[in-house]
Amino acid sequence: MAFFILRRTGVMILTALCLTFVVFFLTNLAPNLEKLAKTQGNARMSDAEVTSWLDRNGYGGPLVVRYGEWLGVVPGWVRFDEPTGEWRGRCILRGQSPEDADRFCGLLQGDLGYSTVSNAEVAAIIGGRMALTGVLMFWAFAVMVPTALVIGIMAGMREGSRMDRALSTFSIGTTATPEYVSGVVFIILLASSQTGLSPLLVDWGWLESGTLFLGSARSAMDGVTFWNFTLPVITIAFYGIGYIARMTRASMAEVMTAQYIRTARLKGVRFRTIVLRHALRNALIAPFTVIMLQIPWLLTGVVIVETLFNYNGFGWTLVQAASNNDIELLLACSVVAVFVVLVTQLISDIGYVFLNPRIRIS
Amino acid sequence: MMLDDPFQGAGVLPDTHDGPILEISNLSISFFTRAREIPAVMDFSCSVMPGEAMGLVGESGCGKSTVALGVMQDLGTNGRIVGGTIRYKGRDLASLGADELRAIRGRDIAMIYQEPMASLNPAMRIGQQLIEVPMIHEGISRTQAWARAREMVADVRLPDPERILRSYPHQLSGGQQQRIVIAMALMSKPSLLILDEPTTALDVTVEAAVVDLIKDLGRKYGTSMLFISHNLGLVLETCDRICVMYSGEAVETGAIGDVFNHMRHPYTQALFRSIPLPGADKSARPLRAIPGNFPLPHERPKGCNFGPRCDYFVAGRCDMSDVAMASIAQGDRHQSRCLRADDIDWAAPMVAGAQQTAPEKGDVVLEVRDLKKYYEVAANALFGGGETRVVKANESLSFAARESETLAIVGESGCGKSTLAKVLMGLETATSGEVLLDGSAIQDTPIEARDTRLVSSIQMVFQNPFDTLNPSMSVGRQIIRALEVFGIGASDAERRTRMLDLLDLVKLPRAFAERMPRQLSGGQKQRVGIARAFAGGARIVVADEPVSALDVSVQAAVTDLLMDIQRREKTTLLFISHDLSIVRYLSDRVLVMYLGHVVELGSTDQVFSPPYHPYTEALLSAVPIADTSVAKQRIVLEGDIPSAMNPPPGCPFQTRCRWKAQVPGGLCETQVPPMRRLAEGHDIKCHLAMDVLASMDPVITFAPGA
Ligand SMILES: Nc1ncnc2c1ncn2[C@@H]1O[C@H](COP(=O)(O)OP(=O)(O)OP(=O)(O)O)[C@@H](O)[C@H]1O
Ligand code: SF4
Ligand code: SF4
Ligand SMILES: [Mg+2]
Repeated sequence: MAFFILRRTGVMILTALCLTFVVFFLTNLAPNLEKLAKTQGNARMSDAEVTSWLDRNGYGGPLVVRYGEWLGVVPGWVRFDEPTGEWRGRCILRGQSPEDADRFCGLLQGDLGYSTVSNAEVAAIIGGRMALTGVLMFWAFAVMVPTALVIGIMAGMREGSRMDRALSTFSIGTTATPEYVSGVVFIILLASSQTGLSPLLVDWGWLESGTLFLGSARSAMDGVTFWNFTLPVITIAFYGIGYIARMTRASMAEVMTAQYIRTARLKGVRFRTIVLRHALRNALIAPFTVIMLQIPWLLTGVVIVETLFNYNGFGWTLVQAASNNDIELLLACSVVAVFVVLVTQLISDIGYVFLNPRIRIS
Repeated sequence: MMLDDPFQGAGVLPDTHDGPILEISNLSISFFTRAREIPAVMDFSCSVMPGEAMGLVGESGCGKSTVALGVMQDLGTNGRIVGGTIRYKGRDLASLGADELRAIRGRDIAMIYQEPMASLNPAMRIGQQLIEVPMIHEGISRTQAWARAREMVADVRLPDPERILRSYPHQLSGGQQQRIVIAMALMSKPSLLILDEPTTALDVTVEAAVVDLIKDLGRKYGTSMLFISHNLGLVLETCDRICVMYSGEAVETGAIGDVFNHMRHPYTQALFRSIPLPGADKSARPLRAIPGNFPLPHERPKGCNFGPRCDYFVAGRCDMSDVAMASIAQGDRHQSRCLRADDIDWAAPMVAGAQQTAPEKGDVVLEVRDLKKYYEVAANALFGGGETRVVKANESLSFAARESETLAIVGESGCGKSTLAKVLMGLETATSGEVLLDGSAIQDTPIEARDTRLVSSIQMVFQNPFDTLNPSMSVGRQIIRALEVFGIGASDAERRTRMLDLLDLVKLPRAFAERMPRQLSGGQKQRVGIARAFAGGARIVVADEPVSALDVSVQAAVTDLLMDIQRREKTTLLFISHDLSIVRYLSDRVLVMYLGHVVELGSTDQVFSPPYHPYTEALLSAVPIADTSVAKQRIVLEGDIPSAMNPPPGCPFQTRCRWKAQVPGGLCETQVPPMRRLAEGHDIKCHLAMDVLASMDPVITFAPGA
């Protein structure tokens, strides 16, 4: 087992290196750098000025070397800046002398660089944003997984029944609806004082005034409430529910045709007990993997939902970084995303082994 | 526990009941598909008295399992009882509601089916699955149920019940799982036990022990049984009465003795004539295949279903209207579904085909010297790495086979028969030792490196005809492909002619060249497989259980065909099988394997008569024989075959051998016995002294007129 985890981790690190290099390459393409120089320096720079600005700020030199610096395996650049008469470098803070500064400052040293747009350390920004996204993801999962499993089990336990058909149609519907559609629909239906449910409820006197839910999740950053957080959560969960439910249904339907279920039936076990005690565990082995692999998909949903509901989490930051050409921040975001994807895969592999006794003790 | 059902009380049925336990009358069951209604069972009647065991035999697809599931009222979504009644202790089962039915299932009627692994829940511990039954039906506590389960596990003769109860199904061997399934069925002491091919997936020696167990327990608890099997010998050993089914109908029913010795239906007679009996050799009792094929449910002929294949068919009489079951004067409740039951001369001897003289044996074609094949396997398959273990699949095999000779290789699963076949074919290379074909060594030449001549000279007929043909290529094309591979024929036209000749050889109509494999029956597919194997003038044909996947009635035809071609082509046939009856019938010499070792090698007569190797003796005793005049010595082997990963020290058979005590000094447990010559051409691998071997009694004896 230890060997298995070790090997998987090795493969994971290699994958992460490849992926970050690709992202590094894309964010450091010439047009992006030129835009950076013009926003940071002067919008009307000439081409020669752009080149010299990039050179002075450490964006010159071969890509691979700069990637190494960013990773922290190549010493950070250091140069004497003629116009200001100061030593400048990747690892040199303003006013510091080159001797006092670290030789390396990159990902490995925990230094994610400096956000040129927000004028703050990337690590500090990312940390807070991740925490916010964590809260969102947690609630999304808390809603999505139980709902999806219940739907899947109910649909699969009597394949072809009316309940199965209804639930399956629902599942297909939710997976076919992207977040930017469902989010907007939810806002219109539930969070508008002009249309949808809220004015009705107000008319009936069930709701004092205002809306059933809040269409913006800004206030949720200070404190999560049912009112301000429901819509982003169900928007994310909605998409995943259908997918997981369909996997669970397929798995459940297959298990229900197994010989050992017939054995249980012919032992005189009642249907409810058959489902809960005999079928459930076997039926959950396959969906477990799917649930874990769903996390990376949720990340894309997070980007859309956070932007839509103006919730300043990780996804929102990613969008901002991309549109502001905030290279270091964008890179850090991608590293985090790659990391999340790979870790969930590892967990799903290990979990599969633990759920399945046939593999565990052989 | 929250999930535990409240006590589903008895009271659905009267406690005292005198009549039959199970009474099925005129039962018809159909399955409804989108295309048509498939009548799976028609007008089926039978009754089982208290304590009686009823055998239900017939070929696959004749409706045996459907009857069983009908009794359990569990036909699935598309199956329906369309006529007749099933009464259990006088109560019509169809009239019961869902709750009443549940109260009966498991408590009054229990069922065991074929594949033990599939009928146990892989994610639940054995104990959990067992205690459920009495907890549901008798409302007893968990501790009481656990104690009962432990008792029951001991009753099915499993060692260390407590450990077994705490294991998962995959931690037990096939034989152990089947015992657990039996224990589970008997947990609430049902009055009726339905067994659907309970031992088909097991090895013969394990099968014999399980059958023995079922008989004992049935007697102990007074359980009535409905025993479904396609093996007449097994039914003879377990049942009091028998019901023979053909194509959805019962064709003959009666007491075992009446049906076996005074059969009154042509199908029953044909069935008996098509199976080899280990007591008889081929000249005394040649096999006779049933012509034609089993009709599909929607293709049944008008009148008697067996008509098209019946030797006694009379046009204008047998094909007019449905035939009804009629009583036979002599015998106890003996009935037959044949219009001519009283006209046929049942005592007339079988019209034997032309007698074949055994061909002269030629020179040695194949010689195997001290062949070893070891596999290295990772100890833990999933996570790889770590230490590896060695599986000794073949341990110093030596034998020789001559031209025109049939050498049978017998042994139970995992003994290394298939590995040997793979090494011969070049699918694997040997670890050490030599395989000489016409004097040249081939053991290290994998199949890719073999030239066409070598490839075509060793060919194989596989066990499962369903997987070996390319489903998207016509039969003729496949044979022509094989001819191309073997480099036979100068032109397409020549190969085509040769292909048609081959179809003649395997007795398939030439028109079949255009057919696709899916349009062929199992026996026909196997014939195509045989045609392909002989296409390149093979010197050696390895037939790995060539008929065991086929129905009884076609087995004889395929076996005869194989022998016929062999005679004509002077091929050396290596016939791999676990069925000693067929081995005795067709082979010249027999090689018995156990756990990778050759334990006995000799001519068929030498191997089938004492002195035996102790394993051969047990194997012979385990084979069910469908002949009431045969008396068998009963030798039940304890335990399972050890795993090849972890073989016992000393003699491979020592864990189960009943003669071990006769060898002084515990030699069996420490030393692998050497191969010893008992007589010219007869070798055994055993420490037993000559005088002990000489004292062995024959396992099978005839008691004529018994
Ligand atoms: N490729 C392989 N790798 C590891 N072990 C193998 C392999 N092939 C066969 N074995 C092992 O070698 C032993 C002999 O196998 P083999 O299939 O030859 O037996 P067999 O007598 O033909 O069995 P059966 O009658 O069930 O087909 C078994 O224990 C099997 O598990
Ligand atoms: S009824 Fe006729 S065809 Fe049918 S089994 Fe009897 S003799 Fe044969
Ligand atoms: S050597 Fe011993 S254990 Fe092996 S078969 Fe002979 S008597 Fe039995
Ligand atoms: Mg095999």
